[in-house]
Amino acid sequence: MSIFSKTGNWFSDGANWHGSTGIPTQLGKHLELSGIAVGVAVIIAIPIALWLGHIGRGGALAINISNVGRAIPTYALLVLLFVAMGVFHRQLETLISLVAFALPPLLTNAYVGVREVDPRAKEAARGMGMTGGQVLRRVEVPLAMPLIMDGLRLAVVQVIATTTVAALIGVGGLGRFVVDGFNNNDPGEYTGGAVLVAALAVLFEGLFVLLQRQIDPVRRARRRGRVARRAHVEPQVELVD
Amino acid sequence: MAPVPTPALCPASSWFCGKYITDRSHDIELAFQEHVSLTVGGVLIGLVISFGLALLARRARWLESIILGGSTILYTIPSLALLAILVPIVGLSQSRLAVLIGLVIYSLVILVRAFVTGLRGVPADAVEAARGMGFGSTRLLFKVELPLALPTIMAGLRVATVSTVAMTTLGVVVDHGGFGNLLDDAFAKSYRFEALTAAVLCVLLALVADLLLLAIQRLLSPWRRKAVAR
Repeated sequence: MSIFSKTGNWFSDGANWHGSTGIPTQLGKHLELSGIAVGVAVIIAIPIALWLGHIGRGGALAINISNVGRAIPTYALLVLLFVAMGVFHRQLETLISLVAFALPPLLTNAYVGVREVDPRAKEAARGMGMTGGQVLRRVEVPLAMPLIMDGLRLAVVQVIATTTVAALIGVGGLGRFVVDGFNNNDPGEYTGGAVLVAALAVLFEGLFVLLQRQIDPVRRARRRGRVARRAHVEPQVELVD
Repeated sequence: MAPVPTPALCPASSWFCGKYITDRSHDIELAFQEHVSLTVGGVLIGLVISFGLALLARRARWLESIILGGSTILYTIPSLALLAILVPIVGLSQSRLAVLIGLVIYSLVILVRAFVTGLRGVPADAVEAARGMGFGSTRLLFKVELPLALPTIMAGLRVATVSTVAMTTLGVVVDHGGFGNLLDDAFAKSYRFEALTAAVLCVLLALVADLLLLAIQRLLSPWRRKAVAR
């Protein structure tokens, strides 16, 4: 039997779609863990990175944290936390790891995004009388948005991948199918799980690409200009006698 | 993977256990060798293939889109998932090859981008001057474009290598994870010192590889050294 038919059989097996070990449940657990981790990481990283970028400090930290993060295997941190905190805190151990690996892309990208804002735009804002906070909110953040969103996209994909690996320390999620499949030597299961995880990651990446296209402030301004010209708005003049 | 049966060396809860290093040195050595050979193999093969792909991408816009777009999709796929897809393709008896291919694919994605960006960043005047001096395409590539693109390429190579060292651990699902195998053993036994040792050695390996590549980069660009010295 080819791997295609084995995987197909696994997907068409009704038992795999029900219960606490079924696909919908594991998908739910995967999304829950990933969502919480990204949320926590954003709350921690974005304010810090935006502030550091605004005042122009902490660049070495922001850049190098990604290099350090890359050198630490996700599996290593998960196992370290597991042996440190024990078998009854695996959800927490997983969350800590997920947040830890989501922070670097968020921090680095948001910081670089704010740093790279055209200094002339900042100067113009100050010239118009904006305070530092207003410059940050109304000029720097919107212009840094593309990079900030890049960072968010990277973080989301990273978290989805790390949640998969967390199955190796016994946590739920789509990684369960991959790990259990290998342990039981069931290619239909581990390949099926792999397809699900891959599809989830690619789906989120695609959604982000579309979202980023929609909210890019430079493109929005161009679009507004195009619409106004097309509508050919006549100025409404009030005749006063 | 079944945990290696060993007599109790120290309580698993102790963070330091000197006996672990002496008694399990053979396992540590094997893990190290496997880790290094998989990483080096993955990155070197990826380097060669990505160089070829980058040259291909330079020929046509549409080729570049396919190559860069395709590699982005591959990069998005979580490595554990990609490995699980590769294993049945190469066969369970060739699981080490599956891990290697997975590592090649991920380093390839990073390196293709590095080559394309690096070569694109070569100043047009330098290329023009060389052509004016009669350089053929091959000589141009190897004597002018690649040396000028070196910083970008090396930066990509360092990222690819460090990432590959970390990713090799996931080969543990088919018992070919290098230090990942030790991590799995530590997980099964809740063995703190083993986990710590495996994690530290893995990160050290990544650090050493990174510094080595930095040294090679300095060696390959003597003109930068002279500029800095002045």
